[in-house]
Formats: sequence, structure tokens, C-alpha cells
Amino acid sequence: MVNLKLNGLIISVEEGTTILEAARFMGFPIPTLCHMEGLSPYGACRLCVVEVGEGTKAKLVTSCTSVVQEGMTVRTASARVVKARKMIVELLLATCPQSKVIQDIASELGVRQQRFRQEYEDCIMCGLCVRMCEEQMMAKAIGFRGRGDHRSIGTPFDMKSEVCRLCGGCIYVCPACQLRCTYTEPEKAICGGCMNLTPPCLEKEKFEDMMCYMEPCVACEIKNR
Amino acid sequence: MATLNTTPDTEKIKAREGIISILEDIQARFGYLPEKELRNVAEHTGQSLVDIYGVATFYKSFSLKPRGKHLVSVCLGTACHVRGGPNVKKEFEHSLNIRAGDTTKDKEFTLETVACLGACALGPIVVADGHYFSKVTSPKVKQIINKTREGLDKVEIQTDQRIFPVEISCARCNHSLMDPDHLVDYHPSIRVTISFERKHGWLRLSSLYGSYNIESEYEIPENTVVNFFCPHCHTELRGAANCVECGSPMVPMIVKGGGVIQICSKRGCKGHMLDLSGGIYG
Repeated sequence: MVNLKLNGLIISVEEGTTILEAARFMGFPIPTLCHMEGLSPYGACRLCVVEVGEGTKAKLVTSCTSVVQEGMTVRTASARVVKARKMIVELLLATCPQSKVIQDIASELGVRQQRFRQEYEDCIMCGLCVRMCEEQMMAKAIGFRGRGDHRSIGTPFDMKSEVCRLCGGCIYVCPACQLRCTYTEPEKAICGGCMNLTPPCLEKEKFEDMMCYMEPCVACEIKNR
Repeated sequence: MATLNTTPDTEKIKAREGIISILEDIQARFGYLPEKELRNVAEHTGQSLVDIYGVATFYKSFSLKPRGKHLVSVCLGTACHVRGGPNVKKEFEHSLNIRAGDTTKDKEFTLETVACLGACALGPIVVADGHYFSKVTSPKVKQIINKTREGLDKVEIQTDQRIFPVEISCARCNHSLMDPDHLVDYHPSIRVTISFERKHGWLRLSSLYGSYNIESEYEIPENTVVNFFCPHCHTELRGAANCVECGSPMVPMIVKGGGVIQICSKRGCKGHMLDLSGGIYG
């Protein structure tokens, strides 16, 4: 067991737990975007920053990737942490304002506007879909490509991947592609996620070992009836 | 796939390091990374194609498009930029009639921009086939293109400052190998005996350090590894070291005034080492 001070509370947790897990266990909320249970921690979105250490030596670290250490002092909602988080949310909003997930986090943190140049990207490079594909679906069909400005997620050579089983897991976990799930006409704003998955469902016969992550949707079964 | 997931991260990283050198070899052979080869690498290393594609697209030295025979990189780092790098780039684009990042239709030139080459004081820098050109201005661009087209590896013996004559003796019997009666590059040549493919004859090397000119009794085919012998004591001139370029055995010889020069025994390989401090086997 490791003893640490979390928001002034002296607690002991099992060795190897991350700060995020410990804080959530104790009931301190930490917003996350690129974190998902069952997938390896990645530390891409930086939303889960917490302050570790005391006084001038205090550092901001991502709680999802930091493992608890004996005697450490953690603050999950200090002024510095909140300020940093708000800035991160603003940056995320500047990249991808249409995402419902990001909007929700923004309103939770009290961010009402963002001060940066507005862009409308459909990806925030959180890597959830890449990890989902690799770690849960055992496919490794998509991955990061390129570098810097040109970094993107997709299949090699932008071709349909042979190892992709069209499970839809990547779409399921994506926090940014909410817009894609609004049927064919955005203004109608119905979810219609299953409608968007029509092409995979149509090709289902080709993929006998297909695992579908949109399981409650059963659109394909209704269609085949 | 399931086994890949359970391998520790360090091994994953190791496997990735291996991929870089594999891709480098492919790039060296084809000049770019063909899709077919990437799929081959994926198959043989057991890594997924996505990882390999990710590595291939991450590093700027890898190209997925066929490249030209000559690679010209124009530096547009901060220092070169303020010293007029963009004008040089524009001039290259105009002269070659391509945009930066593209290859000419005759597959002769590929033009690239780079962010910094670490020689900021000499900017704007242009690198053509590994040769650095400093303080490049737009009027010099044509000249660089022409020189590159002719081949930059040709050495100009008369004018090149880097070239100087050396006096060589045998590493075993210390007998001088210089032959004042037979001139190569207008300087006394270095005479050794060679044998390859059952042929046995004399070879005269240029004594100019930096010149690769030779004269030989027999024509030596490219990539032949040749055995070198001292014409006086008849021992084979063979050291412990192997060429860093091609792995063939190096031939050690003593330089007058102290020091050892080692040349690669493979015809066509320019691997050599000049060590003015240590011994042959040190």
C-alpha cells in the first residue's frame, strides 16, 4: 500500500494505481477525454492534469499516466489546475467546437467562450480509436500517420484495411465525431448513428468474425428481417 | 496479434527501432518506400502495417513517393530564412520547374526544404547529394544544378584544397611503397601487388589523399574484394578492422611522419580511415 495526501486527505491505495484512479475512488471528480477503462492510459488530452508536490516545486502532471508514489501530495482542483484545465478546454473547443463531449466538459468547467482562432477539425488526436482498435478489437487497422501539422489518423495508404472488421468501435469511442452521427442532414440533429453505419452493416456477410460495438443498435438485424 | 498485446513495452520499442533500419535499407535500395515493400516488412517482422506506415510517414527522410536521382535540400530554417533562403527556394523551383517536395518529370531532381542543417552562420545552405553549398544566392542556383547533374563525387585534383599527397610504406616491413617512376595524378604512385579471381598483378594507387584514381594491370570489376600484398616482403596487407561502409576487410598502410591509413579492399567502395595517432592493431 502507498500512502499519499490527496486534497489534504491522507489515504493509502494499492501500489500501481494511477492518481486518476485513486482520486475517482475517493470521489474527487477529474474530467477526462482520452481516458477509457480497458484502454491503456495515453495522456493526450491533458484534461486530467493535477498538481503534484508542494510550494514552488509543485508540478502539473497528467493523472491518468502518473502512478501514485509514497508520500506525494496531490491537489486535483487547485486554482492552478483549474486555470490550466480551462485553457485546455478552450484549445479543444478551438479545434473541434462541434463535439458534444467537449461542449459538456466546457460547460461543466464553466468555460463559456474560447479566445482562439476557430477551426473545425473532426479529430483532436486523442488516440482513443487507435487504442480501441488495437487493444480491444485486436485489429490494428488504424493508426497515427505523419507528424506535426500533418498528423492524422487512418489506415495505411488511405485504403480499406484488410484487418478491419468494420466493428465501428472507433466511431463508438470517438469524442469528436459527434457531427458525423447526425444522420445525413446536420440541421435535423437526430443521432442516427446506426444510419451512418449502414455501409459496414451491408457488408456484414463478408465479415463473418465481425464484432459490432454498436450492439444495442441492432439496425442490421432489423434491416435483414 | 494476441501475443503482441502481452509483450512488454520495451520490446515493442526495440522492434520499432529495428523497423527504422529496415526502412532505411529499403529507402537506400529503391530511393523511396514502395507500398509492396512496406507490406513485406509488416509480414516479416510480425508488426502491423499501421505501425510501419506510421514510422514511414513520421520521419522526413523516408519518402513514399519515388524520388529523383539527385536530392536537393534547401534550408529554410530561421537563419537561412532571413538570409534569403526563400528566394533560393523560388529560384530552384523556377529552374527545375517543380514545387518543393516534388520530383522532376525526368526523375533527375527532387527538391526539398529542410528546417535547419546546423550551419546557420553559412546560410542560406543548400545540400545537393550530401554536398553542402554555403551562402547560396539566386544566381548560384543554376551552377549548383549543373554541377549536381554532372555528379558531385567527381574530385577536382588540381583545385580541391582537401587533397594532399601522402607517402606510404608497408605496415609489415616498413619498406616504402612509393613509386616515383610511375605517376598517378601527377604524383608518385603507391605500388602494391594485388590478387583477385586467380589474377595476380600490380596496382598503383594515387598518393593524393582524397583521390580515388588507380591504375591496374588487370581491370578490376566493381564490388570485387581484392587481396593486397607488399611488393617487397610479399605479406598480405590485412588489418583487423572492417570497412564501416561495406564491411569488407580494410588494408592498413603506414603514413610517413606517423600514422596509419586504412583503405577498403572492395573496388568501388570509398571507405577509408586516416589515423595519425594510433597503431595498426590498436
